[in-house]
Amino acid sequence: MNHRLVQNIAFHMLRARLKQTIIAAVGVTFGIAMFISLVSFMNGMNDLLDGLMLNRTPHIRLYNEIKPVESQPVILSEEYKNNINFISSIKPKDRGKAIYNSQTIIDVLKKDKRVLDVAPKVVTPVFFHSGTIEISGVINGIAIAAEESLFKFSDYIREGKITDLEQNNSIIIGAGLATKMMLSVGDVIKITTPKGNLASLKIVGISQIGIAEIDDVMSTTSISTAQKLLGEATNYMTDIQLKLHDIEMAPQMAKEFRSKFELDAIDYQTANAQFETGTRIRTIISYSVGVVLLIVAGFGIYNILNMLIYEKMDSIAILKATGFSGSDVKWIFLLLSLIIGVTGGVFGLFFGFIFSRIIDVIPFVTASLPTVKTYPMNYNPIFYVIGITFAIVTTLVAGLFPALKASKVDPVEIIRGK
Amino acid sequence: MSNKVLETIGLTKYFYEPSKFKVLDNISMSIDHGEFVSVVGKSGCGKSTLLYLLSTMDTDYEGKILIHEEDVTGKKDVDLARIRNENIGFVFQFHYLLSEYNALKNVMLPGLKLGKLSEEELEHQAMEYLKTLGMHDQALKRPRQLSGGQKQRVAIARALINNPLIIMGDEPTGNLDKKNSDMVFDIFKQLAQEHNQTILVVTHDVEFASKTNRIITMEDGMIIS
Ligand SMILES: Nc1ncnc2c1ncn2[C@@H]1O[C@H](COP(=O)(O)OP(=O)(O)OP(=O)(O)O)[C@@H](O)[C@H]1O
Ligand SMILES: [Mg+2]
Repeated sequence: MNHRLVQNIAFHMLRARLKQTIIAAVGVTFGIAMFISLVSFMNGMNDLLDGLMLNRTPHIRLYNEIKPVESQPVILSEEYKNNINFISSIKPKDRGKAIYNSQTIIDVLKKDKRVLDVAPKVVTPVFFHSGTIEISGVINGIAIAAEESLFKFSDYIREGKITDLEQNNSIIIGAGLATKMMLSVGDVIKITTPKGNLASLKIVGISQIGIAEIDDVMSTTSISTAQKLLGEATNYMTDIQLKLHDIEMAPQMAKEFRSKFELDAIDYQTANAQFETGTRIRTIISYSVGVVLLIVAGFGIYNILNMLIYEKMDSIAILKATGFSGSDVKWIFLLLSLIIGVTGGVFGLFFGFIFSRIIDVIPFVTASLPTVKTYPMNYNPIFYVIGITFAIVTTLVAGLFPALKASKVDPVEIIRGK
Repeated sequence: MSNKVLETIGLTKYFYEPSKFKVLDNISMSIDHGEFVSVVGKSGCGKSTLLYLLSTMDTDYEGKILIHEEDVTGKKDVDLARIRNENIGFVFQFHYLLSEYNALKNVMLPGLKLGKLSEEELEHQAMEYLKTLGMHDQALKRPRQLSGGQKQRVAIARALINNPLIIMGDEPTGNLDKKNSDMVFDIFKQLAQEHNQTILVVTHDVEFASKTNRIITMEDGMIIS
């Protein structure tokens, strides 16, 4: 087959029908542009919300859960080994929330090649006092540098700086808590721990995660301040948070650490199962809208090619009579649709990018997301690759049937018909 | 090696619509190299049908067709297309030029498809043929800017471009006035005499036919002389 000749014929046929060609190509352009901007936007949104979750949830969290002892005495007994034992009214055993051997565990984890970073934490429920009222809340005692590298906590601090926590007896309180108790930076807040210890902490900042339930109860202090509050030693910690190189390995590694350290371990995927569903649905929506738009564009191409074939019956007959085979004719028409698809698609990518830039500068101000000023967009090149692939595949499929029809045109019938 | 360019053995064809009937009945004939043959017969006797079979465009028949001693019966579409491209030149009653291209490019098209000569060589060759047919000054015109006779001459040049074994025409002068059909006849005759070109022409024009080397007369799907 002579490719250049086939190309040349296809080009000339398109030129003769320039207006319809442009209309068909614009259909593809529109479909691809919409697809690109929609997917970029949806993914930008996903990233934003993912970030929100990721900054709250470690890839793996190690902790001690209050629960019954797994191997009850009767199970250990030789005598009842072959029996089926029913035990009722088991009570959980409080082993304390502290992680034993915490320093050793952290050392081991830090040496693990799959682990990016480790951040210990002390979490304890407390009561905040404001005048005569008591509000229950939570104090997170964090290792400042590690927490910042894992969760970018500073992004969520509305007033003050994370480094202010390095002062003794300082605290950053949640925005909801601050409003409720009418506190601001510089004030002193009184706290009672579960064991009844009383303490006064200086407010150095106000944090806002963007989720009201959390902002209403959470406050943050340094791990040493928290240990002091609880009257515990400096190796006391309730949580070890891990960030991994590859988040996909979290479930498997959580399982591994669970048995290795005899601790409870929860992975990111399990903790955010519900959230993942939302992400997936947004992705599905954007792709299906894109595909629908392209199918519509595909019908446009199908129509124009069909029309072109009826118009060019004589040309097809003469090409065949002078020695072009059915497959040559088929390629001419496939090429026609490919030209429409590729030009339309490339323009679609271009306009998709332009639309994305426009959406990107539209202000999007929400109280719950202090660091976000405009609509989030994700400019992943893979969307553009998918877009152009979609365009080409759709136009090829739309062009295939007309092309096959053209290849089967019987020249004798046309020549006789005159 | 014999001199036969085209041969049919027991060629039979049926049409099934609206009812089954035999258009061509056991036709056996052959055409030698350099012959100028005309086919005549009453309207509806099957002349065009025969020509379409010989041209390899219609493959629905019984019997055998040999082009240059090679049996083309039952060959694949691609192979038949190549045989047509290389060995057969067509001139129809209606000119059938591609409206997207100018006269010159129309003439070059089968040559470009064959791909034996470079584009420049082909262009030169096409120009030569157009010159022989007195059309070189019209070479860059589009088909719709040409008269009927001029279009027919472009079609003849196109039929010649690949130096085919045989040129076939189905009433090539049927649509032309006396002056133009005389000119087309003269061109054919000149090709036959000076270039030893084999030509097979279906015609109603008795005067035209009488001037050819050999007349094949058909009646009801059979050759009677
Ligand atoms: N596609 C077809 N289906 C059925 N019958 C057909 C078809 N084409 C032609 N015929 C019939 O076959 C017969 C031969 O037709 P053909 O065109 O070969 O005649 P012809 O000799 O070329 O006539 P003319 O001199 O008028 O061109 C005619 O009776 C015609 O009606
Ligand atoms: Mg006829």
